[in-house]
Amino acid sequence: MRLSYREALNQAMSEEMARDPSVFLMGEEVGHYQGAYKVSQGMLERFGERRVIDTPIAECGFVGVGVGAAMVGLRPIVELMTFNFSLVAIDQVINNAAKVRQMSGGQFKVPIVIRGAGGAAHQLGAQHSQSLESMYTYCPGLKVVMPATPADAKGLLKTAIRDDDPVVFIEGELLYGMQGEVPEGEHLIPLGRGEVKREGSDCTIVAWSKMVHLALAAAEELERKHDLSVEVVDPRTIKPLDEEIILRSVAKTHRCVVVEEGWSFNGVGAEIAHRVQRGVFDELDAPIERVTSLDVPMPYALHLEDLVAPTVPKVVAAVRRTLYLDGGK
Amino acid sequence: MAHPVRGAIALPGPDDPALATYRVLDERGVADPARVPEVAPAEWLRMYRGMVVIRTMDERLMAMQRQGRIGFYGEARGQEAAVIGSAAALGPDDWIFPALREAGAGIFRGLPLTAYVAQIMGNAHDPGKGRQMPCHEGTRASKFVTMSSCIATQLPHATGMAWAAKIRGDKTVVAAYLGDGATSESDFHVAMNFAGVFRVPVVFVCQNNQWAISTPSTAQTAAPTIAIKGRAYGIEGVRVDGNDLPAVHRVMRDAVEKARSGGGPTLIEALTYRLGAHTSSDDPSRYRDERVTDEWKARDPISRMRNWLLSQGLLDAAGDEKLRADVDAEVRDAIAAEEGVEGPPVHSLIEDVFAEVPRFLEDELAEMTGSGS
Ligand SMILES: Cc1ncc(C[n+]2csc(CCOP(=O)(O)OP(=O)(O)O)c2C)c(N)n1
Repeated sequence: MRLSYREALNQAMSEEMARDPSVFLMGEEVGHYQGAYKVSQGMLERFGERRVIDTPIAECGFVGVGVGAAMVGLRPIVELMTFNFSLVAIDQVINNAAKVRQMSGGQFKVPIVIRGAGGAAHQLGAQHSQSLESMYTYCPGLKVVMPATPADAKGLLKTAIRDDDPVVFIEGELLYGMQGEVPEGEHLIPLGRGEVKREGSDCTIVAWSKMVHLALAAAEELERKHDLSVEVVDPRTIKPLDEEIILRSVAKTHRCVVVEEGWSFNGVGAEIAHRVQRGVFDELDAPIERVTSLDVPMPYALHLEDLVAPTVPKVVAAVRRTLYLDGGK
Repeated sequence: MAHPVRGAIALPGPDDPALATYRVLDERGVADPARVPEVAPAEWLRMYRGMVVIRTMDERLMAMQRQGRIGFYGEARGQEAAVIGSAAALGPDDWIFPALREAGAGIFRGLPLTAYVAQIMGNAHDPGKGRQMPCHEGTRASKFVTMSSCIATQLPHATGMAWAAKIRGDKTVVAAYLGDGATSESDFHVAMNFAGVFRVPVVFVCQNNQWAISTPSTAQTAAPTIAIKGRAYGIEGVRVDGNDLPAVHRVMRDAVEKARSGGGPTLIEALTYRLGAHTSSDDPSRYRDERVTDEWKARDPISRMRNWLLSQGLLDAAGDEKLRADVDAEVRDAIAAEEGVEGPPVHSLIEDVFAEVPRFLEDELAEMTGSGS
């Protein structure tokens, strides 16, 4: 079935809510407004106000309330308008959701999904444009999922809802309208299993969420203009990470570029680069390259915004560096 | 050392100012003469003009947004009296922390229209250097703090700034604006509690425009009013008709005077209505009954004030027309001056992240723009 990313997410939640009465959705404007990005379209009508809950504007409120409900067996899906505002709820996410099971000696579990839009859209400035996955993967106790396609969005969200641990589910703000083929019904993708999004032999690009599409565009250009064959690997879940699929690809191509929308310092790409050099050091024919955002808060002015974020030319240049083209620059 | 004990908190009486709605003008602009605060005629006119500036600017900039000439806009249509009536009660050394709809307060106290427009364009003249979304203006020179997008985060800052005034022993008062939605965030409660405990010179002005995007204020709180929330923190709460400029001005002036003389904080709830969309990205007809909006249009704060000024002989029809024409020309000139001005320079990207631009940012920028290789 052809669906948009937003419809695929909606289908995942709706199917899980129909299957399991303990699942419910809560957040700012998820009911009557149908979600800031219209992900919960029609759900209030279908499931009623007890299970599709509009809350006051208080992120630490609804995440905290969700943790409490989860501790006694409900399965809350908490929608944040954007992950930027998860920072208002950070104590509930990191100090509580992530640690309740461990601190209670396993007596309480917190099967919550915290989901919403992440990454930059266009011209939304410093407080609306952040990629925070490395912050969540840094903290023990959280699973972090970042789908790039409608099919992955559905399959991963269904699995995340059934998972017994807190899952941080970061959606691409610019992907909601993207169309793709989505399997009907019981389509479940295990957390921790990546996918090769494009096969190739000269270099591996590792990318997730929106960056997968940037990597694919770069791969196409590299093939068209430079006759290079690039493989694109999408881990899909950042934690747990499918290390194997990345190592297998790099062992084949001998080169690796990690593209992420976030900042470079302590970025997910740093961890992936470490694992690649540890796992397949002898297979590498060039230093691992990274493409990230510039280490500054996002500006508003369009010409500056374009400079900050990863772009196709930056990815193309990084791949060519791993192949010592352009005089090794 | 023991904490000082303060007086017990009184329970609300039947005419508690936190439950009633204080009014000076009725909906046609007829005043209760006993309630009109003493204000010089020129100052009334200056406030009226301040409201007209907001209306004119909002209309013009919303139209430009629809034409794709600016990216985003959040208007204050219908809330002009709450903005200006309160801001006009502050002294030149007092600080303002705005929320989304108080640009008019900044302009009223000296933020040049051109700077406001430059911020919206994100061009090289923007005092904020093209860093923030439109309507996030701020100028230190006007004691008007740059707005934060995150709802309610400015409120503890306001309490902190007022606390600094207390520590330094100066007479500065801090005004912090917020919407009804912001009262749900933890930062609101923290700010109120600290302000109450430390009796700092801060005035919280909540513009209850009855909507937070699509969430009505009745879904935001189970309390009968927002002003009543002050009581839980030992802070005086006052509810006022936010479309009634003299009423807003009067309660704000009382609150500012009290704060300045060491009497502590106040929470003012200005009851008003968001006549337009939440922002240019929103369409309110999808979630609210616009007949209610029409009822509120009939309570338009500018016409009420205009009627009163005319009835008092402070303004005549010709004077009003001239004032509006002048404001219109000013707004047009500001837009003409700023549209097409180039963007901030590339190097500004790495400025102001720290006090000094660190070497690693210079390197990273050079690498990214290819200028270093
Ligand atoms: C912490 C945080 N959560 C959510 C948002 C998204 N958001 C932007 S404006 C807004 C509504 C604000 O309503 P209110 O405080 O009543 O002010 P109004 O816009 O009505 O003036 C929301 C929820 C945000 N900016 N910050």
